[in-house]
Amino acid sequence: MTFLQAPIRAFFAILESALDRIFGAKFNPLYHLGALGFFMYWVVAVTGIYIYIFFDTGITEAYDSVEYMTHDQWYLAGVMRSFHRYASDAMVLFMVIHIFREFAMDRYRGARWFTWVTGTPVMILIFASGITGYWLVWDELAQFIAVRSAEWLDWLPIFGTAIAANFLTPDALDDRFFTLMIFIHIAAPLILLFILWIHLQRVSNAVTNPPRALAVGMMVAMLVLSLVKPAVSHGPADLGTVVSVLDLDWFYLGMYPLLDYWSSGTVWATLGVLLLILLLLPWLPPMRRAAPALVTLDQCNGCTRCQADCPYAAITMVPRTDGLKFDLQAEVNPDKCVSCGICAGACPTATPFRRRADLVAGIDLPDSSIADLRDRIHAAADLLGGKTRILVMSCQHAARTDDLVGPEATAVKVPCIGAIPPSFIDYMLSEGLADGVMLSGCSEGECYNRFGGHWTKARLEGTRDPNLRKRVPRERIGTFWGNKMQGGGLRREIERFAGSLADLPKPPLPDRSGPPPAPSRSKEASDA
Amino acid sequence: MLSIVKYIGQALVYAAIMASLGFLATSPAYQHFPPDHAMIKLTFAHGGKHITDCVRTSREDLKDLAPNMRKQVRCSRDRVAITVQLEIDGKAVYDHTLQPAGLRNDGPSQVYEGFPVTAGKHVLSMRLRDTKRTDGGFDYETTAEVELSPKQLFVIQFRPEFGGFYFN
Repeated sequence: MTFLQAPIRAFFAILESALDRIFGAKFNPLYHLGALGFFMYWVVAVTGIYIYIFFDTGITEAYDSVEYMTHDQWYLAGVMRSFHRYASDAMVLFMVIHIFREFAMDRYRGARWFTWVTGTPVMILIFASGITGYWLVWDELAQFIAVRSAEWLDWLPIFGTAIAANFLTPDALDDRFFTLMIFIHIAAPLILLFILWIHLQRVSNAVTNPPRALAVGMMVAMLVLSLVKPAVSHGPADLGTVVSVLDLDWFYLGMYPLLDYWSSGTVWATLGVLLLILLLLPWLPPMRRAAPALVTLDQCNGCTRCQADCPYAAITMVPRTDGLKFDLQAEVNPDKCVSCGICAGACPTATPFRRRADLVAGIDLPDSSIADLRDRIHAAADLLGGKTRILVMSCQHAARTDDLVGPEATAVKVPCIGAIPPSFIDYMLSEGLADGVMLSGCSEGECYNRFGGHWTKARLEGTRDPNLRKRVPRERIGTFWGNKMQGGGLRREIERFAGSLADLPKPPLPDRSGPPPAPSRSKEASDA
Repeated sequence: MLSIVKYIGQALVYAAIMASLGFLATSPAYQHFPPDHAMIKLTFAHGGKHITDCVRTSREDLKDLAPNMRKQVRCSRDRVAITVQLEIDGKAVYDHTLQPAGLRNDGPSQVYEGFPVTAGKHVLSMRLRDTKRTDGGFDYETTAEVELSPKQLFVIQFRPEFGGFYFN
């Protein structure tokens, strides 16, 4: 799939960078696609309730009531109708970009299959909600959708008599039809909300509201659109005629022209295959998953930090099973764990100052342990020898650092920037392994593992445990937040950082005459 | 980046999103059906005659049955396939033998077909066979001249109780 993902990812990286400059990372719409979709859902729901007050469920009354809203009460109900339509369209727009983006970023496989797969019924229900909404207006477009949908459904060998026969003559329909359509149009979004809840079950601290400024911006822009180009109806439906030219809403009705050119069976087969591919995508091919995080009970004090920081709700705290004096212990659900290492970054026992030969943390990644990290840091530090020595701690999903090896700066890759316990930064500087530490994570607001960058910043600022100790000179820590395409930006930032380090007085070399005393466990926790 | 440039940039992004919403919500227009054409729809559901002749049951046969099972006439469930032909201006546009619906072939045969034609006068000939006859003839035949206006939906239906084919 890389051949498909790479160009889409490159496209998104360029777009992200541009929008980062315009909106800033906090308000970049690309980082809030799911939340924007949710927001549009609520806009559709609220405006839908208002419209329903004036909507009349009768064959002629339906059209007349919508016309009343559009023309007689254009200033409120008309605007509400336009919001209802455009917010529905925006929901599809954000959903489609969201799908492409998650695919391109490879965030749909492995432990993330569940969120991807449950997104598929969400998509179907959004379309079902939108299409049934268009039926209710009972204009020429509704007539077209009704006839074509019925003919399409009739292809399935499950209906006794043709549904399409109900739309052949004006007297074939009665008001009950609209009651049924209203029921579907209300039931589908309610079911959608339930499926959305399931969709987010494996996402901890799910963000379902966009930043207020972004929401306000969208609403203002949509108000302008609603006034400039209000949603209007076609002519009233007339089952005695065939509709000719239609102003289709391509977000929802793009499939319908296919029914004019292909047989119903071909359209069913095409959609069925596409849906199947979408559902099976997480296993085409299956992701080679790194070993999930492992809890070492005799090191775990049940502090709950790993559970609080895990972005995928993969860790739960359960009653102690080993008889130690602590109440709880961490338990990892391997099906949900994506092996990001953020839990190890949060663990107070994951400190390199420990003198134990076999450095083991309470929770750690078997394939990328903190003991291994300490060894790799030492190996990288040995390569340094320039005027200013910088260790670049680089997230593997952030700006490329493959060729960043040299006396001035050498990179050490980690699964996520949040996988670096703050004590490691202290260690690198206080042990004289480097003159400065540069942390390179994903673009702000767009961490591959959701919260790696966010937690790291909070740990550096001292607002989230485990904090970076106050003694660590902040001027010797640099940060760079950028995507894979921003390797050049990282190098420029390293040069700038090196320049600022050169102006600082050389730090005193650590006293290596003897090993520091082994800290106690409680001391380790407070140090970390 | 200067604040004013940022705000202009944001306005442009919002405008681009709304422009795409506003445009694709109604455009490009799609022509589903030529405006100078009319549509003839041949659509109905009709069950063919039973595949074997119905037999009148005797009192002897009925007396052992529960009251609700005592049918005077007993027929096989299976029905014959019906054959339907439609000619428009002497040209055969539809000629199909339609199997009865249902797992036991006891449901009605169904047809739902549309034929776009230019608006104006047309001669329609419809034929239907719903019996086992083998002489090639039809049980129902109708020919009519109709004048169709642009975009008119002209529906041909069939019900034996109405005398066969009729129009809507």
